[in-house]
Amino acid sequence: MLIDLLNALALIGNFVVVPGIAYGSQLALGALGVTMVYAVLRFSNFAHGETMSFGAMVTILVTWALQAHGFGLGPLPTALLALPVGMIVTIGLCLGTDRLIYRYYREKKAVPVTYLIVSVGVLFFLSGLIRFIIGPKDQVFADGERFIMKARAFKEMTGLDQGLAIKTSQGITVITAVVIVALLFWFLNRTRTGKSMRAYSDNEDLALLSGINPERVVMITWIITGALAAIAGTLYGLDKGYKPFTYLGLVLPIFASAIVGGVGNPLGAIAGGFVIAFSELLVTFAYKRVVGYLTPGDWVPDGLVQLLSTDYKLAVSFFILVIVLLIKPTGIFSGKTL
Amino acid sequence: MTYLAGEGMCGGYGGVDILHQCSIGVDKGEVAVVVGPNGAGKSTAMKAVFGMLELREGQVTMDGQDISHLKPEQRVQLGMGFVPQSANVFTSMTVQENLEMGAFIRRDDISETMSGVYELFPVLREKRRQLAGELSGGQRQQVAVGRALMTQPKVLMLDEPTAGVSPMVMDELFDRIIEIARTGIAILMVEQNARQALSIADRGYVLVQGRNRYTDTGTALLANIEVRKAFLGG
Repeated sequence: MLIDLLNALALIGNFVVVPGIAYGSQLALGALGVTMVYAVLRFSNFAHGETMSFGAMVTILVTWALQAHGFGLGPLPTALLALPVGMIVTIGLCLGTDRLIYRYYREKKAVPVTYLIVSVGVLFFLSGLIRFIIGPKDQVFADGERFIMKARAFKEMTGLDQGLAIKTSQGITVITAVVIVALLFWFLNRTRTGKSMRAYSDNEDLALLSGINPERVVMITWIITGALAAIAGTLYGLDKGYKPFTYLGLVLPIFASAIVGGVGNPLGAIAGGFVIAFSELLVTFAYKRVVGYLTPGDWVPDGLVQLLSTDYKLAVSFFILVIVLLIKPTGIFSGKTL
Repeated sequence: MTYLAGEGMCGGYGGVDILHQCSIGVDKGEVAVVVGPNGAGKSTAMKAVFGMLELREGQVTMDGQDISHLKPEQRVQLGMGFVPQSANVFTSMTVQENLEMGAFIRRDDISETMSGVYELFPVLREKRRQLAGELSGGQRQQVAVGRALMTQPKVLMLDEPTAGVSPMVMDELFDRIIEIARTGIAILMVEQNARQALSIADRGYVLVQGRNRYTDTGTALLANIEVRKAFLGG
């Protein structure tokens, strides 16, 4: 029956496709930050998850202040108004940690593994700082209209049994991600400064011979990374609720995204983000009701027809990471340079 | 007074000297070639002149000015262009972007210099939107030389520009190098293909174990029986 097929599609759309696109965009933005640092500074920045958390925290604090004074954006979340402040403060944080910490190791010409350990140190420091400021608990800061399309409205519109809901936060996430990615690619491929970053990432020595100033390239990289982190962290918080602990858990899927796509390659980071997001959702989705629509009534099994409990969704990232590293360690887009 | 000169250079890596009182130099509009057996310190001498190697003794002068204490980047600003032997193009960038990056320190209009490079190497104009990493060895060398020319240097230093290219491409490259020298640029290069290189050289330096063994014009070195026997295979 066609109606059953449509119901099954709506079900998958509601629980896999829509959340997958939103989550994929969040991972892509996070992975872009990781990839930029890797391409230019040549180390894996494990503190990136906490940097995202920090950006979201600042945005939340500003959002509360705005809400308290009655400012808002109507149907859109007030957090969008606060986000520029979050970005600026996070950029400041990135430049500050570079000045105080990473620059010292750069001057010493430390090996990448040293940087990695240092970034773990930054991770712990930041996570402590965040808990000092905002505490470890869940924080509510989303306001405005919750849905672009409610499940019931979809049902009434189409006459199907299954609803397809699109949350405002999901819509905002996708639109913001598209705009940010377009801006980033324009910057890297069209501007003199962006090209000099690619040149530095491609061949450091030759960039030096061409008169490109490494410290400037590093500074711009941190500015972009900080801005990306604040945006990704805030979008994730808007969509899934803000809790400091969850951002530590985000580090794994973000790194998996960057590596699956080819670390150091921005295009790869985006592709990787969606690969990881959809794999997680497809593997942890309970297909029972889909089977119900697509087969005659009494075929439906008692179980949930779920490959893996959602508790194990991190294992999906791990699994994909291991497979990629075994079969194609350079990732889909063969990374290394911007 | 030679325009660019490294004089009495001593230095090396990690406390062991590779160069011993080595002197090389070149004047504007000239081609100077440094040849010698493997491990003679040819590339090291080039690096020393360009400031990538700290000198224990000796000095480097350009236009009568002592530049021994300057970093490579600063020497680029003064008008030195350097084409390394390997990894001398940005492989993930297009030919045109490579040239743009070569001109990074310039703030003026670079389009004239760029069309000059395209006139010198017409094949690069055709391939300007292609990634430099996808080009053949000879074309890559052209990109590398073109990149260095984009700063409008007064001195162009080439470290084995014909390494790994076919003999035909090599002749072609040497022709282009002479053309560049005609425009008044001083060219200092290290070459494996000693015979061909010396035949276009106004000055030739034969280095052995970091020391100057023979110094003369290219033609005179080619005519020198000892040089021929020892270094040019008879």
